[in-house]
Amino acid sequence: MALELPENVVVSRLDELANWCRKNSLWPMPFATACCGIELMATGAAKHDLARFGAEVFRFSPRQCDLMIVAGRVVMKMLPVLQRIWLQMHEPKWCISMGACASTGGVFDTYSVVQGIDRFIPVDMYVPGCPPRPEQLIQAIIDLQDKIQREGTITGREFETRERQLRKRALVEAIGPLSLDAARNPVIQRELRFPRS
Amino acid sequence: MTTDQPATADILETLVARFPGLETSAYRGQTRIVVGEPASLEVLSFLAAAGFDLLVDVTCVDYLEYRGATQRYGLVYLLASTATARRLTVRVFVDDPEPAVRSVVGVWRSADWLEREVWDMFGIRFVGHPDLRRLVMPEQFTAHPLRKDYPLQGRGERHNFPVLTREEG
Repeated sequence: MALELPENVVVSRLDELANWCRKNSLWPMPFATACCGIELMATGAAKHDLARFGAEVFRFSPRQCDLMIVAGRVVMKMLPVLQRIWLQMHEPKWCISMGACASTGGVFDTYSVVQGIDRFIPVDMYVPGCPPRPEQLIQAIIDLQDKIQREGTITGREFETRERQLRKRALVEAIGPLSLDAARNPVIQRELRFPRS
Repeated sequence: MTTDQPATADILETLVARFPGLETSAYRGQTRIVVGEPASLEVLSFLAAAGFDLLVDVTCVDYLEYRGATQRYGLVYLLASTATARRLTVRVFVDDPEPAVRSVVGVWRSADWLEREVWDMFGIRFVGHPDLRRLVMPEQFTAHPLRKDYPLQGRGERHNFPVLTREEG
């Protein structure tokens, strides 16, 4: 039986509607620790104008944000803070790893710098560059919007990605609380036996 | 500028008379004193009383496998006088195992964090420091990373954190 609809009514899926709302009002959490943060500010400012993509509402409380932009290197002492802020953000939430340092540690291959935040928190988009231009960050936000529109569900089923996340972070898996003392830490011992090139 | 502060040369003469065996040298207008570890606190207290009222920095050099070095760690005390604008470098050498010197927090309060940083980075114990905790590295860290025998990329401490997954977050 054919359904007669007035011409001002559009039929869609509820998922699509939720995604459309979410992708056009991303509220970024600026986790800016280095020079990428300057480019992040430039992206939000008048010339590049992140408001064109609905993502200009930077909030400094994680409880009001749904997009974490990690801009800059993250050191050992900062990583627990990063994880805590990530946990404080409400679902649904996404993460952009901006620049070489946040994505891989960059040139800072030293004892105190975390070699890529995706080892310890889930990341949706990586932005290459040192630091990336604002256009690159905008491209990442556009790509993230596409991803949200394409994969998102109103109940957040797309975040049940345990298998995918585990594959990315093969070096450290949860073996319970670990000691920072190298001699008593199986992960460190394994790293010493098979040093990464 | 007050005129009652003695010049560095006078101080050095008095110092060498009081503490025999001090090595002093000058290079390009900079004066340096090398003090043995047992007398370091006395010499530094004397210099503070003699007008060096500002402790600019306390730092350290690790001379591991350095040509001609007899002791491993060379502490550096950079002193200055705010009245006469004179500067003086004091070196104190200590050695493994368990390198230690006496703390100068009682002489200059600014030594507090400077000595904590040297303890953190080089593992030199400052005896008598009121609160000798790590300054820069995380509290659970066990190594002293600026020692020459510590690998640049660490011993894997940077990979040692819990992993947050989508389910947990």
